Amino acid sequence: MTPHEQFADDLALYAMGSLEGDERAALEAHLETCAACRNELDALRADLALVALSAPGAAPRPAARARLLSAVAREPRGGAATIAPAKSRPWRTLVPSLAAAALAIVAFALWRHDQDLRGQLVEANETAALAQEQLDRVNGVLATLADPAAARFTLSAATSKPQPQGRAIYARERHSLIFLASNLPALPPQKAYELWLIPTSGAPIPAGIFKPDAAGGAAVINPPLPSGVEAKTFAITVEPESGSAAPTSQPIMVGTGG
Amino acid sequence: MARIYDLYSSLVYSVALRVLGEAAAAEDLLQDIFMQLWRAPAAFDARRGSLPAWLAVITRHRAIDSLRKRRPESDVAEIIVASHADLAGETERSRVLQKVRETLGDMPQGQRTALEMAFFEGLTHTEIAAKTGEPLGTIKTRIRAALTTLRQALAT
Repeated sequence: MTPHEQFADDLALYAMGSLEGDERAALEAHLETCAACRNELDALRADLALVALSAPGAAPRPAARARLLSAVAREPRGGAATIAPAKSRPWRTLVPSLAAAALAIVAFALWRHDQDLRGQLVEANETAALAQEQLDRVNGVLATLADPAAARFTLSAATSKPQPQGRAIYARERHSLIFLASNLPALPPQKAYELWLIPTSGAPIPAGIFKPDAAGGAAVINPPLPSGVEAKTFAITVEPESGSAAPTSQPIMVGTGG
Repeated sequence: MARIYDLYSSLVYSVALRVLGEAAAAEDLLQDIFMQLWRAPAAFDARRGSLPAWLAVITRHRAIDSLRKRRPESDVAEIIVASHADLAGETERSRVLQKVRETLGDMPQGQRTALEMAFFEGLTHTEIAAKTGEPLGTIKTRIRAALTTLRQALAT
């Protein structure tokens, strides 16, 4: 239903409170019976609210804030006060009891909404604290693994002499690889070890270049890898310091998998 | 209350200043509006519109009452603001208001003046006609045309 054309001009004026006299009375009488014009009036008011909001921005003096907050502090809040039996407050005595009851309900709803928001905030803070705690723990583990100063011990049968050892922990879904090695032989000059991910099908994929420390220990943590590759095993070759795209020598170590 | 004040004081003050044109009067009105909200938060019904739109409308209303030395004509609780979009969101609000400002700026001068005299100065169409020397019918048509233009701009 469209609003009545003959009232369209007057509706615009009425929405602003600029219509007076007989025209105003006539329009008000019409509005009583016409839903389409009432809807149009609401729409006009919504448009006009935007016009009001578009007023050029200006900020009150900071003193105005202090003035308001001290006035607020002197006066108990409406609505909420009606929940508790209150001493006489002049403004309240003027409010008819029904309105006061409605006020109390809505004020309570507002108050509860406020409490909800506070609750959500506390929850969000707690979640963030928890996440931080987990992150700290993970970072701690990673730092220990990667720490060149950390002492590394490899336990093996007491009779055998220390053998080079490597352990790769690969979480395909998480796109994460941690490789730790010990007892690696020292490298010739300008050479480095390169770790390879040997996929179930296809060519070996470079998974990090590293040099062992004086004790033969080394770690590779989360090297860049293509995602979702299924690993058959891992291998290590000796490569030029800058690394190779494909192995150029026989592996010195190959994993057994699992 | 401090939070609400920090969010919306500049909005209320801007509207008050636009209508009243005087800082001291605008600040007094700002105080009144927020005290009213504090005393009777129920006057604002969130189902009927967004708080910023409602604040802008009651501020404009009160400012015009005070400008015309009228007794406050209506209780704020009676003022209904149907609102367009979710104006409480900062980004959406500034986008919509940017559009409103542009539309007002692009409008023929006569339309814009008529709208502003009625809306921000609280003049009746008879007064606007007397002031501008234009026929009464022209003023009415211009105000309506201004609002139609605005509606069309907002719909895009």
